[in-house]
Amino acid sequence: MSDGFEIQYPGNALGNAAPAPVTPRDVPNRGGDQNPSGAALRQQFADAIERVDVVWGVTNVYVRPDRVLDIVRWLHDDSSQRYDYLSDVTAVEYRDLEAPIEVVWHLRSLPFRRELRLKAQLPKNKPLEIASVWSIYKCADWLERECFDMFGIRFIGHPDLRRILMWEQYREGFPLRKDFPLRGRFSRAEQLRQALAANPEARYSMEELSIADAFEDLPTDMRKRLKGGERTGE
Amino acid sequence: MGLTPRPEHRVVEYNPSSQEGWVATKLDFLVNWGRANSLWPMPFGTACCAIEFMATAASRFDLARFGMERMSFSPRQADVLICAGRVPFKLAPVIRRIWQQMPQPKWAIAMGACASSGNIFDNYAVVQGIDTIIPVDVYVPGCPPRPEGLMYGIMLLQEKVKSERMNDKTIRAEMEPDPKSKLYIPPPVIDELSEPFGNSVHQTRSGL
Ligand code: SF4
Repeated sequence: MSDGFEIQYPGNALGNAAPAPVTPRDVPNRGGDQNPSGAALRQQFADAIERVDVVWGVTNVYVRPDRVLDIVRWLHDDSSQRYDYLSDVTAVEYRDLEAPIEVVWHLRSLPFRRELRLKAQLPKNKPLEIASVWSIYKCADWLERECFDMFGIRFIGHPDLRRILMWEQYREGFPLRKDFPLRGRFSRAEQLRQALAANPEARYSMEELSIADAFEDLPTDMRKRLKGGERTGE
Repeated sequence: MGLTPRPEHRVVEYNPSSQEGWVATKLDFLVNWGRANSLWPMPFGTACCAIEFMATAASRFDLARFGMERMSFSPRQADVLICAGRVPFKLAPVIRRIWQQMPQPKWAIAMGACASSGNIFDNYAVVQGIDTIIPVDVYVPGCPPRPEGLMYGIMLLQEKVKSERMNDKTIRAEMEPDPKSKLYIPPPVIDELSEPFGNSVHQTRSGL
């Protein structure tokens, strides 16, 4: 990665003889062709793979939460896998109180035209923590922030884990959790009061404004305001 | 609303019993005529209603016929704030500040069900009507309102402008929010305004 970009064409690892991609038809709900990466993962990380199944044509690999980083790194780096594109990081909570929360990574291998879905299950009775894949995919930054904002899952190793959709001092909880009431926890007037107390101009960190280097040259009042990020709001 | 007959000629008239003289009323008439026919809108489009607002401003419906051809994307040169779309809580301080930056005289139109009442988005993220943040003059119902609907709202606003009096000090007074709560409506009123209604009362607190 450090020695510049290498242009990737979709399917360029398959060779010129590879058939052109077709839209799959009559995909079964369960079962069907498994992504070869599933078997490869089983071989490579036998103890860390819990289950592999195929749902609507996409292979789901359930992995042990503590091994996620190794597995994703291997999928990204190994020359037979080359998952170079992370399309999403998200989470699922089921209505069942006992069921664990699932963190989901959608990986795409452009050279091999493969799609893989990794899942890790986090039991609810333990702190919701999992390794961040930011060191491998920089795009995981905002995806993991959103996941943290909505579900309260802490991504260990994330450089700047703050809320992204809700404002920073939002303190009603994590909106996509099943125990979160649809209208929020506070009364409308209280929600409005807290929202109006936020300072819309101090919402960005200095890095986001790209002025971190020039911080010392800023006027004093601006420096004071930016120092705490949005935490100056209330 | 559309069925109500439109009152005709609600312009300022000379009323001998009032203390206003002929000159003042005629001046009112002139000033109001000028203001009503050159309202510069500040479009605050946040969602799908903004698309309909664009259609209203474009050639087929042509908002310019009402003296509104100049969209003012700076609040400091705007007369009327048209909020087209839903406003999430995170945008509440933004629209409040835009409103405070607009110079008097100023008016506000809440376009569409979302801006007027929150619409179906009776959830944790959406402001239940922008009238809880800024004072609103005209509400345009619809999801989205047709361009004709918005124009009807604008014409109602023009009539409101035309019936203003210079010696009425109350209409131009800037509303200052309560410094502690930053709200200008008392909290119980806001809670009552944003009470769930219709279908949404059944979407009660999550069962878990
Ligand atoms: S009122 Fe309807 S059209 Fe307008 S912003 Fe809301 S959902 Fe969109």
